[in-house]
Amino acid sequence: MTDVTTIAEGDAGFRDYVALLKPRVMSLVVFTALVGLLVAPGGVNPVVGFVAVLCIAVGAGASGALNMWYDADIDAVMRRTRSRPVPSGRVRADEALALGLGLSGFAVTILALATNFLAAGLLAFTIFFYAVVYTIWLKRRTPQNIVIGGLSGALPPMIGWAAVTGSVTLAPVMMVALIFMWTPPHFWSLALFMKADYDAAGVPMLTATHGRRTTRRHILAYAVALVPVALGLGLTQIGGPFYLALSLVLNAGFVLGALRLVRRDEALAEADAYKAEKAFFRYSLWYLFLHFGALLLQATPGVPGWGG
Amino acid sequence: MPITQEHELHRRRRGRNYGLGLVLGGFVALVFALTMVKVTNLGATQTPGAAAPAVTTSEDKP
Repeated sequence: MTDVTTIAEGDAGFRDYVALLKPRVMSLVVFTALVGLLVAPGGVNPVVGFVAVLCIAVGAGASGALNMWYDADIDAVMRRTRSRPVPSGRVRADEALALGLGLSGFAVTILALATNFLAAGLLAFTIFFYAVVYTIWLKRRTPQNIVIGGLSGALPPMIGWAAVTGSVTLAPVMMVALIFMWTPPHFWSLALFMKADYDAAGVPMLTATHGRRTTRRHILAYAVALVPVALGLGLTQIGGPFYLALSLVLNAGFVLGALRLVRRDEALAEADAYKAEKAFFRYSLWYLFLHFGALLLQATPGVPGWGG
Repeated sequence: MPITQEHELHRRRRGRNYGLGLVLGGFVALVFALTMVKVTNLGATQTPGAAAPAVTTSEDKP
């Protein structure tokens, strides 16, 4: 190793450390956690609410850093992740580990002090589930990795809710269920058009282990199973007529999109450069964003809810 | 001996130091704000019937 690389390794810029926290994943976490916090009955002091969302975001970022510490070998092989701070050599792996552990400790402790132990415990569980259960145990072993691992991405609205109420009821469980059931079709549609990457890294994506035909069928199955969950959430205390109407439209579009994917084969998909798959992936982002946006609207004073 | 040549490395180091400084300053401000809120709310809970801290509020609305 020459002097030049030694210096480069020890002197990452600030933005390299920010990149370790996966800021783009964090945006979804912040949004769903914020909705969970705002639709929870009782309300919360704005400063406490801000601190709670910040802690959830930092906790999610910390698990991202732990993921980049453990997965540096996979990231180095995949085109999409090759330029991440650790595989590119700008940040050492043990620095990522230290940052992940340190920020996890801070986030959980401050959340416990600002709100309550249930919310802090849920945050600790979420970090543990993503960093250990998903990244270390499941990701390299089973094509069900993203199905089970999706739980950690689904939990933030429940943490937000618990931060306000100190308890967990049906409504936050249904919010978690919505994201949990949405994650597999969302990621598998991505895997359909990002194929070469996961194969090269040896990550057992469903597309590699069971083929694309099966993946398309799985996407449809989850899209159909998602319908009662999404509509059921609309019947809880935080739902309402507006949510239900929007959800009906969004779910019809989601199932129709999945049906379109099932009817296509690889030859057809390659002919138009995976146009339908990419459209379905984009639609899935809007699907989740609009569902939680609708919940937020239902919580706005003056918007008719269920007997509220 | 003063450093006369500015290297790209120094720019990165400076950015990291400023960034960390901002984060630490922000953290201090945050803990201060949180303390103020907790202290003021604590006063309120001692009056009977006043808004209790979030922990005791249960779920449902009517």
